[in-house]
Amino acid sequence: MALKDITLGQFFPGSSLIHRLDPRAKLIGLIAYIVALFLANGWLTYLIAFLTLALVVAVSTVKLKALLRGMKPVLFLLVFTAVLNMFYTPGTPLAKFWIFTITYEGIVHAFFMVIRILMLISATFLLTYTTSPLALTDGLESLLGPLKKVRVPVHELSMIMSIALRFIPTLIEETDKIMSAQRARGADFDTGNLIQKAKALIPLLVPLFISAFRRADELATAMECRCYHGGEGRTRMKQLHYKPGDGLFIFAALAICVGIGVLGRFGW
Amino acid sequence: MPPIIETRQLHHLYSAGTPFEHAALKEVDFSAQAGEYLAIIGRTGSGKSTLIQHLNGLLKPTSGQVLFEGEDIWSSKEHTRAVRFQVGLVFQYPEYQLFEETVYKDISFGPRNMGLDEGEIDRRVRQAARFVGLDEALLDKSPFDLSGGQKRRVAIAGVIAMEPKVLILDEPTAGLDPAGAAQILDNIRNYHLEQNATIILVSHSMEEVAREAGRLVVISEGTIPYSGTPSQVFAHGAQLERMGLGVPAMTRVFARLRAMGLDVPGGVYTIEQARDAVLAALARNGAGSGQPSARGEERWT
Repeated sequence: MALKDITLGQFFPGSSLIHRLDPRAKLIGLIAYIVALFLANGWLTYLIAFLTLALVVAVSTVKLKALLRGMKPVLFLLVFTAVLNMFYTPGTPLAKFWIFTITYEGIVHAFFMVIRILMLISATFLLTYTTSPLALTDGLESLLGPLKKVRVPVHELSMIMSIALRFIPTLIEETDKIMSAQRARGADFDTGNLIQKAKALIPLLVPLFISAFRRADELATAMECRCYHGGEGRTRMKQLHYKPGDGLFIFAALAICVGIGVLGRFGW
Repeated sequence: MPPIIETRQLHHLYSAGTPFEHAALKEVDFSAQAGEYLAIIGRTGSGKSTLIQHLNGLLKPTSGQVLFEGEDIWSSKEHTRAVRFQVGLVFQYPEYQLFEETVYKDISFGPRNMGLDEGEIDRRVRQAARFVGLDEALLDKSPFDLSGGQKRRVAIAGVIAMEPKVLILDEPTAGLDPAGAAQILDNIRNYHLEQNATIILVSHSMEEVAREAGRLVVISEGTIPYSGTPSQVFAHGAQLERMGLGVPAMTRVFARLRAMGLDVPGGVYTIEQARDAVLAALARNGAGSGQPSARGEERWT
């Protein structure tokens, strides 16, 4: 079993314009883009949305292959959506068999729906591909900052998120190691029925949980030793600063969102 | 006599077919005789962990063969599993794999997987516990209530209880105090002598391997540049140094003494050997009858 091959919100380091944007600008841009996608309503608006995405992808230097690889898990959802839309949209019938009717409107609708989901996922992946997890959580914390006024523990939430992200590879490595150690004592994780397989996991899960708790304890001690006491009055080594480019990016994203919204209202 | 375990042209690639691909082992020919005590030395990332994980079939060779008693361990799935009971592997920091409620149950995990009957399992658990010097009273305790050194010995007993013909240990003394380390090494030597088992010890400590092992195998960048008795291997002091390994401190001291023109023997790697060599040298110079310490001070001041 190659647990190491699992990728989660993978980050491809780079130095493109998109990589260097402020994470907050990218987050706002993504939200604006997603809103725009749901306001898009016709050929023209979809074309604008597509061209925008294509431009950002080109500038980001992220490989198209990497982007498409992320689509695999949602393939089923895509097909499902397309089929449902195709059959259940009333309009001019094109073909008919048994109780199913395919309409012209249905095909158009299905096509738009698939394109919409594809672009939505691509844009989201683009964010995680070009932004390090650390920058992303920093950006989120900063954007959600106003919620602190209503006593939402924003700093704590973002700290939990970054610690969780940080420990995924460590735990995967640990799992690999314990699995090998138990295999060396004759443990068999691959054969047997469901109950046997579940039972076989005990020698893996017990040490894994113990080590996770131990690590959590050690990390808490290490943080306390460095006088960590939550978000109150905490300053940062790397401050987030908006640069003119970030402003421009946000402005462009909002403009496209509003533009698509207006055009969409008229059915373009 | 044919070797009990050997690799032929063993090659292993990690992340094959990706940009991260790299060869951890390059056409490695390694062998161990039955009843031999040998040590593998190499710096972190040299491929020694990869090599030992091939010896009991935890990793599959990219190319090449691993033979146990002359038979390819990958000849069938059943055979691979059977070999794992014959070639016991103790990982680094093995105390982190303990999981059972009692020490007894944890040690019996391996023998139980072998499908032995209760009587035989009981005999093996008690014998393994005796080998590593665990008190019978500890067997009913939870392994998580023990000290670090005791946990380590429980984990080693868990592998010894399978009574493997070949026992491989990856840095069994890492992180232990000198007394704990010496005890573990004693336990391993006892198992080696009483069961006539082959021992393969992986270590960073040159003193440790020089004292324990009859043969050293150096591994560097996925190949085996040197192998032989400690004195043969430590004769390549400068090259070992360049591989980030070095020689025991005493060997270095004696090399310097010889370079200074003093009449001392080569092939010294432990404190005990050094003591004997110094006493012998002093006796030769006619100082043995007098007061060596006083003369020594006189000479150095």
